[in-house]
Amino acid sequence: MLRLDGVQIDLGGFVLTADLGVPQGALVAVIGPSGAGKSTLLGALAGFVPLKAGQILWQRQRIDTLAPARRPLSLLFQDNNLLPHLSLFDNVALGLDPNLRLTTEQRARIMRALAETGLDGLESRKPAQLSGGQIGRAGLARVLLRARPLILLDEPFAALGPALKAQMLDLVGRIVRQTGATLLMVTHDPADARRLCDLTLVVAEGRAAPPEPTAALLDAPPPGLAAYLG
Amino acid sequence: MPWRVEPRGVTLAAALVAAVLVALNLGALGAVLWRAEGGGGWHAADWAALRFTLLQAALSALASVALAVPVARALARRRFIGRRLLIVLMGAPFILPVLVAVAGMLAVFGRNGLLNEGLAALGLPRLGIYGLQGVVLAHVFLNLPLAVRLLLQGWARISAEHQRLAAALGFGARARWRHIEAPMLAQVVPGALAVVFLICLTSFAVALTLGGGPAATTLELAIWQAFRFDFDLGRAALLAAVQAALGLAALLALAFVTRIEVAQTGLDRVAPPPAGGLARGLDALAILGAAVFLLVPLGMVLARGLPHLAGLPVPVWLAAGRSILVATLSVGLLAAMAAALTLAALRHRWPEALGMAALTASPLVIGTGLFALVNPWVAPVHLALPITALVNAAMALPFALRALIPAARRAEADYARLSASLGLSAWAHGRLVLWPRLRRPAGLALGLGAALSMGDLGVIVFFAQTGAETLPMQMHALMGAFRSDDAAGAAVLLMALALGAFVGLERLIGGRDAET
Repeated sequence: MLRLDGVQIDLGGFVLTADLGVPQGALVAVIGPSGAGKSTLLGALAGFVPLKAGQILWQRQRIDTLAPARRPLSLLFQDNNLLPHLSLFDNVALGLDPNLRLTTEQRARIMRALAETGLDGLESRKPAQLSGGQIGRAGLARVLLRARPLILLDEPFAALGPALKAQMLDLVGRIVRQTGATLLMVTHDPADARRLCDLTLVVAEGRAAPPEPTAALLDAPPPGLAAYLG
Repeated sequence: MPWRVEPRGVTLAAALVAAVLVALNLGALGAVLWRAEGGGGWHAADWAALRFTLLQAALSALASVALAVPVARALARRRFIGRRLLIVLMGAPFILPVLVAVAGMLAVFGRNGLLNEGLAALGLPRLGIYGLQGVVLAHVFLNLPLAVRLLLQGWARISAEHQRLAAALGFGARARWRHIEAPMLAQVVPGALAVVFLICLTSFAVALTLGGGPAATTLELAIWQAFRFDFDLGRAALLAAVQAALGLAALLALAFVTRIEVAQTGLDRVAPPPAGGLARGLDALAILGAAVFLLVPLGMVLARGLPHLAGLPVPVWLAAGRSILVATLSVGLLAAMAAALTLAALRHRWPEALGMAALTASPLVIGTGLFALVNPWVAPVHLALPITALVNAAMALPFALRALIPAARRAEADYARLSASLGLSAWAHGRLVLWPRLRRPAGLALGLGAALSMGDLGVIVFFAQTGAETLPMQMHALMGAFRSDDAAGAAVLLMALALGAFVGLERLIGGRDAET
């Protein structure tokens, strides 16, 4: 289980608090108004935003004192997930060895991850030669390869069209189930939450609330969320 | 808990570079004051030098930017065959050794130059190039390309939405100028003026060759004269202090007015051209005029010098070897200093400010101070080459930092979190993230540093004696001795070395597929 115990994050104008738990293997949507602190919450989990107070635990082990790369998680950003001068293969390979000194076995694993995300045959292409969907798949291939137990997605598919985004969400669902990982996904779209996530965590008015079943929450949203959903 | 990847010792190395720069600037000035031993005093001639320095810098900046406006405007809205090549070629004078530029000016505007031959053929009186008009003309020749590039960035930054809005609302030339172009220029022109003014403020080689005399002496030239002819270190120190204060004031003004980012992007964007034959004719005139003004002198240098290149005397070739040595050493020092300050600038603000402050430094002030410092202990001639290399590197540093720091900060903003989340080591982060994004601006910066060092006629004049000259010194001596054929050949050699160093390093380091 992922636990945030008495966490406080300074957002400049206000403090975001979080005191909640996420069961292992859950798929959780993180929704809330712009500027409420959704991405900051993920940044704090990943180690990019310092905590003002509290602690973060994974399987009862404290992880907020660890460097980002040592935390048991993979993170996909909104953009800049791929280095523009590296090939697709190398970009994905960074997930296995940051120095790109790869064994034959590692190369085979990368090729399998590319195949599983529908990218086989494109490995020598640079990011500029890939479509938005292929770039998203490349990020997911690296997540698959790293096989960390927590996956954080910070709206990586926000720029994609509805059909492509649906494909990506299905791929995410497949990867999460295949690896048994726990997923936290920031989204602005309740339909994304309904499509993929069994739980939804609302960030609003300076508080990240404990996750609740998505369908029930979205069918009868509390006043703050209802105002956001419109 | 810090999460960013940081190579060890970067701040220490940057602090060391900072100490060297501070020592070079303040230490040199202090040394001149320390060794002054009386003398000094502010003479009437010094007032004249101050007035002339300000006047020529102001006129040079005004003329460069005023001429750059129609040229940049025409280049921004016209697409024609050779446009890219012309933009590249128009940048050549900026990296050209000043003496070669002067030789080009003399070939066209000098007493026996193209223009005066034409005037004489028409029975009209010849025009003189020496004095204020020659100094300003040479400065415009050297700085017009820079001004054009700065203004072109302004045009490139006019948003596509505003261009479309202007088209949708049916803006004519006047409305486009009033609502789109003039507001942009109001932001960009003050910065361009300040940059050119600052560069011309420390004019030495141009004033040495085309100025001189009581009516056309810059402060830099006055420092040199106080040192060379009177060995009056007190007066040199006073002039140096005034020069340093002027530079600092101009830099502060630049920081206040400038909103220009010296970037290499966007110059290819073409704004929608206005309809109408008059506008097309004016644009063609501006582009053609600028091309003739900038390229004919270079062509004349080549035409006059190439036939004499093979017959250059041995001392010229030896001087060329010394110049290559100085430039090589200077590029190495520049690379080390720029790397340390750029990496430190990812965490701190001071390296950038310090690098920019070096813009106020005058090589002549530094030269005087270093001479005063080393003279009691070592024969200055023994240190001529390393000191010249160090000062040249320090002079090129502001340009290098201007190119490198924004690129490094962009790379860091885009990818530092990715590196940290993947656990890239400092070495892997540098190799995989920073270097691919920095190698093109690094190639440009080091190429520029090499070219400037190759053509420099500044601090070396204090240290080198006969038999230890660099190529610019040798060329200046040939010009002074009226050995015009050898001087013309040396000009071609110097131009080839400077441009070759620039292009070679830019390609070697920048690479073809480097990411910017």
